[in-house]
Amino acid sequence: MKQASEIIQTLQDQFPDQIIKSSQECLQPFVVVASDAVAEICAFLKNDRDLAFDTLMCLSGVDYKNAKNEPERLEVVYHLFSMHHRHKIVLKAELPREDPALPTVETVWDIANWHEREAYDMYGIHFDGHSDLRRILCPDDWVDFPLRKDYVQPETYRGMPAAAAKQFAERAQEGEDLGTDPFRAG
Amino acid sequence: MQVEAYAGEEMVLNMGPQHPSTHGVLRLELETDGEVVRNVIPHIGYLHRCFEKHAEHIDYPGVIPFCDRMDYIASMNNSLGYALAVEKLMDLEVNERVKTLRVLMAELNRIASHLLSVGTYAMDIGSFTPFLHCFREREKVLDLFEWLCGARLLYNYNWVGGVSHDIPEGFEAKTREFLAQFEPVIAELDKLLSYNKIFLERTADVGIISEEQALSHNVTGPNLRGSGIAWDLRKEEPYCGYETYEFEVPVGLGEHGPLGSCWDRYYVRVREMEQSLGLIRQALDRLPEGDVHEHIPRRVRPAKSEVYDRTETPRGELGYYIVSGGGLIPFRVKVKSPCFTVLSLLPAIAKGGMVADIIAIIGSIDIVMGEIDR
Repeated sequence: MKQASEIIQTLQDQFPDQIIKSSQECLQPFVVVASDAVAEICAFLKNDRDLAFDTLMCLSGVDYKNAKNEPERLEVVYHLFSMHHRHKIVLKAELPREDPALPTVETVWDIANWHEREAYDMYGIHFDGHSDLRRILCPDDWVDFPLRKDYVQPETYRGMPAAAAKQFAERAQEGEDLGTDPFRAG
Repeated sequence: MQVEAYAGEEMVLNMGPQHPSTHGVLRLELETDGEVVRNVIPHIGYLHRCFEKHAEHIDYPGVIPFCDRMDYIASMNNSLGYALAVEKLMDLEVNERVKTLRVLMAELNRIASHLLSVGTYAMDIGSFTPFLHCFREREKVLDLFEWLCGARLLYNYNWVGGVSHDIPEGFEAKTREFLAQFEPVIAELDKLLSYNKIFLERTADVGIISEEQALSHNVTGPNLRGSGIAWDLRKEEPYCGYETYEFEVPVGLGEHGPLGSCWDRYYVRVREMEQSLGLIRQALDRLPEGDVHEHIPRRVRPAKSEVYDRTETPRGELGYYIVSGGGLIPFRVKVKSPCFTVLSLLPAIAKGGMVADIIAIIGSIDIVMGEIDR
């Protein structure tokens, strides 16, 4: 088992130019890495015998638009864990909101295949070299990326209404005659 | 078996989205060659209810009912993971009674969930009777929950900083009654199903998950333990005071056929129910005094930070990645579902088998589509 500070130190020694910043003051220490070096760094983290990060616990996209005191960007967050050594680290890659792309880590951990498809589906992040980058939760012909903060829900999907129907209470407040009030005059 | 001998004309077969043995709305595109499956392409998303988008628009406690609705078979465990993650963000410590009650309910729910899993698995394979026995017992657990908080499936029980209701008077005695009555049922299940010759033939040599595959696909929970890896978050990263309880982690032994087969996964669940029984007994024995609402904050407003927290649900490792922007509403909630990860492995283990084996494999990995699609 290694402390987060040791892991970060190893990374800095190995990839001096690709580590942008790191933080250990927060709840879970993280490292921000250059997005184009993600695959290389992940492969190192997995294959290095003292680190042996054999598990990708979670891969998430985050859209920092309109976030307080945060520069506008997309982020891909990798939560790594070593079942062998029982230590953890969080990797982050920052991307522009326009045409975000970074290399896939599918070849490092098989599970990244589906996680990356989800990140693509929800945020439109392109994973270069991914074997099967299709939408996973939304239908194939869905337009736009739903988890982006500026997403606007379409009115219709294939001619079907896609927006949520108004609640009865809302409609009543707007003065619509719903014909359900037993005390209604007439 | 030499499946090559049965090769025939190739055909694409759609299994699902509505199919009784897919445990929800799952579509599998099977490329079949006679009875042999050449390839499987899972299509998910039919139950997508935009949980993560919703969570960005409601306050922290408001997310909990949505968590319940992800894995509706084990709601107690789902909301527990979320509550613990938010408590970690807020650096909030709950009292001993809340901790014990959470363990108690999580384990009762684990029994209910495993009963459903084991019962429907038997039914998928073609044995109807065990299903009735399992559901009879599950009903009793649900009755207990109904008495506790008014709901039978979606409890909204674990709140940030506490639980919604203390146990009613007489709950302890009734639970003990259930435990005493349920214990022999597990032995009965062994006789009825576990060592049944037909059941063994259908499951013991099918759907092998190797250790390497399991790790690379981040398979967790009973599916991982079925492959012989003794890994349980309740032991490895204890929460709610699990480190103070005595229990074992059952693993697959490969007694019948190769290690990591469908039967191993099935049997890990049966053995886990026994362990849960012990955990519930210990929780009832120690149940300390206290107010279950003592630490519930008036306002849930974590400082600007983020956390990834994981707990052991009946289906494996459920992770919540929560980013807080410092407001009353979470900035981002991402759920790592254990069923999602194990389903991604399905093509690899189903390839080359028979069509009927697909049913046996899906049942054995115990997926809930509500949690995969979120």
